[in-house]
Amino acid sequence: MPVTLRLPAVLAKAAGGKTVHEARGATVGEVVGDVAGRFPELGPRLRDAKGEPYPYVIFYLDDEDIRFQQGFATPVPDGAEIVVVPAIAGG
Amino acid sequence: MTALRPLRHGAAPVETVARLVGSTPLVRLRRIGAELPGVRLYVKCEFMNPGGSVKDRPALRMIETALRDGRLGPGRTLVDSTSGNTGVAYAWICAALGVRCALVMPRNVSAARKRIAQAFGAELVFSDPLEGSDGAIRQVRELVAQEPDRWFYPDQYGNPENPRAHELGTAVEIAEALDGQVAAFVAGIGTSGTVMGTSRGLRALAPGVRCHAVEPAEPLHGLEGLKHMESSIVPAIYDEAELDGKISMPTAEGWAMAERLGREEGLRVGHSSGAAVAGALQVAERMAAAGERGNVVTVLPDRADRYFEPRRWDRRITW
Repeated sequence: MPVTLRLPAVLAKAAGGKTVHEARGATVGEVVGDVAGRFPELGPRLRDAKGEPYPYVIFYLDDEDIRFQQGFATPVPDGAEIVVVPAIAGG
Repeated sequence: MTALRPLRHGAAPVETVARLVGSTPLVRLRRIGAELPGVRLYVKCEFMNPGGSVKDRPALRMIETALRDGRLGPGRTLVDSTSGNTGVAYAWICAALGVRCALVMPRNVSAARKRIAQAFGAELVFSDPLEGSDGAIRQVRELVAQEPDRWFYPDQYGNPENPRAHELGTAVEIAEALDGQVAAFVAGIGTSGTVMGTSRGLRALAPGVRCHAVEPAEPLHGLEGLKHMESSIVPAIYDEAELDGKISMPTAEGWAMAERLGREEGLRVGHSSGAAVAGALQVAERMAAAGERGNVVTVLPDRADRYFEPRRWDRRITW
């Protein structure tokens, strides 16, 4: 069963104009890689050159911050929702 | 015969803490840029304002002009969208002047920031975190459209009093401190009030000054307070044609400079300050390479303690 990756509005442009994406993967990192593979511009917005999350971009797996779990290695259950939120709100 | 007043050793008393906004110190950097011959870097320490940030200036001016012309008064509540320093500035100034205050902010604002605004008695309204600061702007516009008589909406992104606070304040203070000798001015773009207003003021007081804005290089960035224009609602007060150039700043470079300012200059400032100084250093390097001399000035919007451990303890998010 696929999972859902939900992006902030500022990243829609880099992701084909959509903020909600269906994806596959056993870990958060794999799910991010699946969607980033479809949109080359999106990848560097979500992870650094080493493939790790930036300190200012937070990933919630079913409302729980993955930094308190295993980061990108956190296992993703079927049907889960991953939400990407900027660590800051600006302005 | 009346007794002579004793000599005063400190500042005279003020009628309200609001009168302590502005007149911030200008400090020369001693290590950053020290290798550049003939170019001096100066930083305007806006964290010295009573609310701890540069936003005290525009917030105070927007509120006091509205009080003067009657747009704000008894029965009206100030409301604006802000996630950060402007919210803190509105909250304390409203408390000091006896005005009601409500702030619309994205839910992903740090818990500390919410508590600061609430400590001054401001009412908080939350907007969708995925919509970012633009979502908060849209939500406040809806609130005001529904009940126009209830609110005073300063609209920091569109209010000309925002840049005017810098044109009549920040720019004058910089020009006076350096006897009009300002070769370049650099500031980050958030609402763009600081860079537009200070540049306007300096052009009159320091002829020949070149003015540059620093903008985050990425749409999803970590330079809190700054706006990536291409992916944002462009503020009405922003006019790129008035500037001499724009500097694109990667988050990592701004963060690294913020750390350097702490270690090498004794200035523990926020990431937008790091970005501003990194931009100023680029301008200074270009000047030195071209054999030019002069003072390069930038603005430090706030201190680092606003950002310690952001969100660290918010393991679960509630939408």
